[in-house]
Amino acid sequence: MLIIAGRSFRSRLFGGTGKFSSPAVMKEALDASGCEMVTVALRRVDLADPADDIMSVLDRERYLFLPNTSGARDAGEAVRLAHLARASGGGEWLKLEVTPDPRTLLPDPIETLKATEILVKEGFHVLPYMNADPILALRLQDVGAAAVMPLGSPIGTNQGVLTKAMIEIIIDQAQVPVVVDAGLGAPSHAALAMEMGADAVLVNTAIAVAGDPVRMARAFAMAVEAGRAAYESGLGMVSKDAAASSPEDGLGFLR
Amino acid sequence: MKIVCNGTEHQVAAGAKIVDLLKEFDLAADTVVVECDTLILKREDYDRHELREGSVVELIRFVGGG
Amino acid sequence: MFVTPDFAELKKAIAAADAFDVQQALAAERIGIKGLAALLSPAAKPYMGVMAEKSAQITGRRFGRAVQLYAPLYLSSFCSNRCVYCGFSADNQIERRVLTLAEAEHEATILHDRGFNHLLLVSGEAPAKMGVAYLEELALRLRDRFAAISIEVQPLRGEEYARLFAAGITAVAVYQETYDRDVYRQVHLSGKKSDYDHRLATPALVAAAGMREVGIGALLGLSDWRAEGLAIGLHLAWLRKHFWRTALTVSFPRMRPAMGEFTPPLPVSEREMTQLIFALRIFDPDVGLLLSTREEARYRDGMLGLGPTRYSAGSCTVPGGYGNRDVTGEQFSVGDHRNIDEVSEVIRQKGFDPVRKDWDPIFQMHGRRPQSAALVI
Repeated sequence: MLIIAGRSFRSRLFGGTGKFSSPAVMKEALDASGCEMVTVALRRVDLADPADDIMSVLDRERYLFLPNTSGARDAGEAVRLAHLARASGGGEWLKLEVTPDPRTLLPDPIETLKATEILVKEGFHVLPYMNADPILALRLQDVGAAAVMPLGSPIGTNQGVLTKAMIEIIIDQAQVPVVVDAGLGAPSHAALAMEMGADAVLVNTAIAVAGDPVRMARAFAMAVEAGRAAYESGLGMVSKDAAASSPEDGLGFLR
Repeated sequence: MKIVCNGTEHQVAAGAKIVDLLKEFDLAADTVVVECDTLILKREDYDRHELREGSVVELIRFVGGG
Repeated sequence: MFVTPDFAELKKAIAAADAFDVQQALAAERIGIKGLAALLSPAAKPYMGVMAEKSAQITGRRFGRAVQLYAPLYLSSFCSNRCVYCGFSADNQIERRVLTLAEAEHEATILHDRGFNHLLLVSGEAPAKMGVAYLEELALRLRDRFAAISIEVQPLRGEEYARLFAAGITAVAVYQETYDRDVYRQVHLSGKKSDYDHRLATPALVAAAGMREVGIGALLGLSDWRAEGLAIGLHLAWLRKHFWRTALTVSFPRMRPAMGEFTPPLPVSEREMTQLIFALRIFDPDVGLLLSTREEARYRDGMLGLGPTRYSAGSCTVPGGYGNRDVTGEQFSVGDHRNIDEVSEVIRQKGFDPVRKDWDPIFQMHGRRPQSAALVI
């Protein structure tokens, strides 16, 4: 069972709530995905249409909200958003995103580390979104991050796990759960991340913009489950040259 | 008196409280968080906290996001 | 805190491995503890050739064609422990001595002149005869002449390690000798060393104190070498998880049956130790593996490039032995008597680079003693 900050999760698929065509489609897709944690963003109420509260369709008993700090460009803004999230009833959970570059939305490692340190001290369960940098993962872990969320590829690009080699190191070294976030465009990408030993994956765009988001949500759920089962079962390795015993040419010196 | 709410100017009655502002926009208190003059307000303070001339108010809520 | 699993459980895990598990491990990128158990098992015996190849490949990829050289400098043969296998054991009637700081510096100078830049300071465990203040002062005297100074002495406290690090010591070896709790009790009759758990906890203290490197290992011949190997693997993995800033090394001190000395209850053959070295290299591509002069020249030459990354050379295991050939009372007898130049020559002939230094302490900012006043004036 996956445990983050003392809370256990049956599903290793985390959902996003952005980019859906309607609140109804979002709800149906998330219900089909089986996920228990969903990310949400914080924005000003649209005063021209104040009734447009898409989050009200989601059952707060069923879904743990993971508020993000999207839009924050530095640690200070992220901390402010975190405080607003907590006041909004987000509890202590926080997906920390600090993305100064509006084009790529790649996370700023320095500001992310700073903000994590501050927010952990304030009692938040911080899950920082980060580039797939193994040392950064360890530094974030050292200052108390509840999990780390390395990106598979730039957000929204659907390119899959381009950072495979780095994420493998992160998984190998981390003591906190590793949640692969961003860039997972197909169920096979999610399955790959899970086979590698990721503790969970977060998928938003690929489900929200699919032709049939509900079926795609189900497909991701199955892929995550399959990948995890494969990881736990111990994958059979591709056997290249070790199938038979070979001569000990180099070991003639042994007595 | 004039206040700025979510970036635009609004006219409210003198002595208006946060709860009045929410009523005007038909917003349930438990679906938004209110930041008034850079201070995040507690829900129980919405019917106490008075707006002042030039107050800057942000009404924030959860929206869809990844 | 690292806890060794029950030794019997380790043996069971190893015994359960079959040829299929070995093949899986040999095909994998990261073999994990299960793979390590397989490569340590009797089922891996027919795969020694493949293991050698894989171990050499990993070693080459990670360490290049470099072999680091170091020399041990024995400071003291006094010891308050009674360990049945050790020449320095308090029970043994040997001529004991502790070098004065001047004598130690003289020995170090001899090694420096012979071309060594990496020094390992070794002593018996007798804090009253040789404690932290001694090591600190010696390190301060030597730090500007040596690229790296390691110690292999009694376990110290965390703040003492921090103090020695500030003085210029960058690596500490604390061998568990055996991870087998029962055997540990049988061979460590008395003295501080008889506390298994305290010794086991020490590498973590070293790492937490900020040392750049910590060395662990088991004395081969005391208990089942396969299970020792698995315990070392677990200890390595635990240290890596908890102290990612610390480099790790493993040493393979192997006891040989010899006249008048302690007879190891479970002697380990050359071939078995080789399997252990290959298995650990394949398990942990980054760990430094040490091969000392306990082993014969033929073996050490043969192993070049196959897994070990660090060799001692020209070693003498008696305090004062570099300056005076006549002193007696060595800790163990040496199997490779060649001097550093002879060892370097063979390393070069085999296409490797004998590296006499690695890191320069000049880059370490923390805790440096100011330059002498004379220079300032």
